[in-house]
Amino acid sequence: MKSMDNGGLVFDGGGLNVTEGAKRAAGALIGNLRAYESSRLSNVIEEAHHTAGDYTAVNAIMRARNVDVFYGDNHAIKSVNLDVGANEVISLIGPSGCGKSTFIRCLNRMNDTIESARVEGEIVLDGENIYSREADVVLLRARVGMVFQKPNPFPKSVYDNVAYGPRIHGLAPDRQALDQIVQSSLERAGLWAEVKDRLHYPGTGLSGGQQQRLCIARAIAVGPEVILMDEPCSALDPIATAHIEDLIDELKKNFAIVIVTHSMQQARRVSQRTAYFHLGRLIEVGATSQVFSEPRRKLTEDYITGRFG
Amino acid sequence: MNRQRPGPPEPVASSPAARAEFGRRLARRNRQESRFRLAGLCAVLAGLAFLAFFFLTLIGNAYTAFAQTHILLDVELSAAAIDPEGTRNRQTLGRADYQGLIRNALRQQFPAVTRRGDLRQLFALVSPGAGFDLRKQVLANPGLIGQKQRFWLAADDDVDMLIKGHMNRSAPESQRRINDRQLAWIEQLEAAGRIERQFNHRFFISGDSRDPEMSGIRSAVAGSFYMLLVTLALSFPLGVATAIYLEEFAPKNRWTDLVEVNINNLAAVPSIVFGLLGLALFINLFGLPRSVPLVGGLVLTLMTLPVVIIAARAALTSVPPSIREAALGVGASKMQAIFHHVMPLALPGMLTGTIIGMARALGESAPLLMIGMVAFIVDVPESPLDPSAALPVQIYLWADSPERAFVERTSAAILVLLAFLLVMNAGAILLRKRYEKHG
Repeated sequence: MKSMDNGGLVFDGGGLNVTEGAKRAAGALIGNLRAYESSRLSNVIEEAHHTAGDYTAVNAIMRARNVDVFYGDNHAIKSVNLDVGANEVISLIGPSGCGKSTFIRCLNRMNDTIESARVEGEIVLDGENIYSREADVVLLRARVGMVFQKPNPFPKSVYDNVAYGPRIHGLAPDRQALDQIVQSSLERAGLWAEVKDRLHYPGTGLSGGQQQRLCIARAIAVGPEVILMDEPCSALDPIATAHIEDLIDELKKNFAIVIVTHSMQQARRVSQRTAYFHLGRLIEVGATSQVFSEPRRKLTEDYITGRFG
Repeated sequence: MNRQRPGPPEPVASSPAARAEFGRRLARRNRQESRFRLAGLCAVLAGLAFLAFFFLTLIGNAYTAFAQTHILLDVELSAAAIDPEGTRNRQTLGRADYQGLIRNALRQQFPAVTRRGDLRQLFALVSPGAGFDLRKQVLANPGLIGQKQRFWLAADDDVDMLIKGHMNRSAPESQRRINDRQLAWIEQLEAAGRIERQFNHRFFISGDSRDPEMSGIRSAVAGSFYMLLVTLALSFPLGVATAIYLEEFAPKNRWTDLVEVNINNLAAVPSIVFGLLGLALFINLFGLPRSVPLVGGLVLTLMTLPVVIIAARAALTSVPPSIREAALGVGASKMQAIFHHVMPLALPGMLTGTIIGMARALGESAPLLMIGMVAFIVDVPESPLDPSAALPVQIYLWADSPERAFVERTSAAILVLLAFLLVMNAGAILLRKRYEKHG
């Protein structure tokens, strides 16, 4: 089950034969990495096929194996393996268009809404492939909640925003129980003190940071096991961002959190593990401290030191 | 390698010549803009002027229709004529010759008139329908029988036109529909205070009639109302459901493309074609009765549906996808996401589309001609299954009538149609405001 740390083994495997596909991938890489020295090219080809570091987690909640995603003819994600561990924050970093958002949207099947999207491979939650025929997408999304890039509260009251999920899933037998869920969700999202007097005012009237915490409260109100966050702070100012980051730290006691971020400082601050994506491949994954201090791959190093991206 | 690249453009203010050139361009740009603004303003003003002209002439023509000339007569409601057996049986009362009683009253009013021909001209002063009004009053209050009572009875439309000044009293006799003798009688009645213009309640409570003074728009209004009710009840749910299915659920393939193209084409099909379809389908095939608001409503539904569908689809696509994602993200099913979150946001747009379609349906007359709603209907319909007229068709019929008194009624009916439209639009705007606020 658990594979070894195979960072050192990569070069044996990668060097065996350079296939046509790899040549094409290399071509694409050249286009993207204008600054990359051509002398390093052969290494890039080899590296691009394998994930450096250990992609497994000790007590994994979700396991993605050989996941490929296609948008029509566009091969957006290429055989990615990655585990999400319980009570950990794992951040996905990488330049724009590298597939990290696409990958996170596979984890709760939000890609289903895109007509041309096709997902191959398997993603296992609790021993069940979420892409199998029997899997129910509604249940999946209740177990794997999501917070989006831009705060998107419903144009309803603060209360109704949080109560919507519990209502449709029938989690609260009566009004009091529902009140209880709303309050505790808002408390855990660190928003209760600010909104307890205006629960029945529209959620869209809150500030951007408050709206995003409202969205987090809405996600945790249905009692998920995993929370996916797709660049949750990119539309927020530094103070609101700090607020959310503190909140993420707090939330990991109860949930597994997968966060996509463009800010390497943020990844360093909030996550225990970091995965670096590049052109649809998972290049490197490992403990955050390790990835940022001694990256195994030149690509990773160049990205985190700001040479491109 | 060292290909000569064009350098950055010279700064605008690099030399006096460049500055002058730039100033000239700027002036030209500003002139273009102000010309465009002026053209827009002129267009708006011209539009307003035409609208004002339209309303002024319309109201100017229409307002006299809301009054009707009445003649005060002392009518002897003799028991012998109305209820010879004294049973007070409603059937007997209903059969009596009330017009005859009115004639007697006129004869008493002008005892000097005795020749047959003169008498006929005298009797023509009062509306041939006045007897019905009298009967209605007697039936409502049988205690009047045996008494001599004063009644304000509707004057004939020619008298009405004369009193309202639509007929020139000083014109030569051959050029007016009231001859000199009748004119003398009318002047006598006027001098005695027996002629008065009263509020024309018949215009609002009765159906069509051959006599302009007896005609009203109640039948047409009721017919149009029932028709729109049927149209709204069918086209809104059907149209919105179609839009939701096509926009959110249907797979995008050649078949749905075909359906979409056809819906767009249907919106542009001449309305009379829908009338033909309705005639062939609802009346000839399904055997529904002719001239009824139900069939009219069905035909107008066919006509309105494409408009509603197109508007509803546009409203759905304009809802930001983030709302859908938010709902799906907490585990709502597609249906729940659409009905709980997308629909409320799209509803104002859907309502706007529906009201545009309904307004078009209200003003439509061509398809109704095909399904027999052009018939002369006197009775006021009580359900969508009773034969009835429709407002635009009623206007068309009156506009086509030779009597001078129908001219003002045509204008008045147009005003009523516009008021109907205004009320409908106001209702839709109120609804939309409500949803925009709460949505």
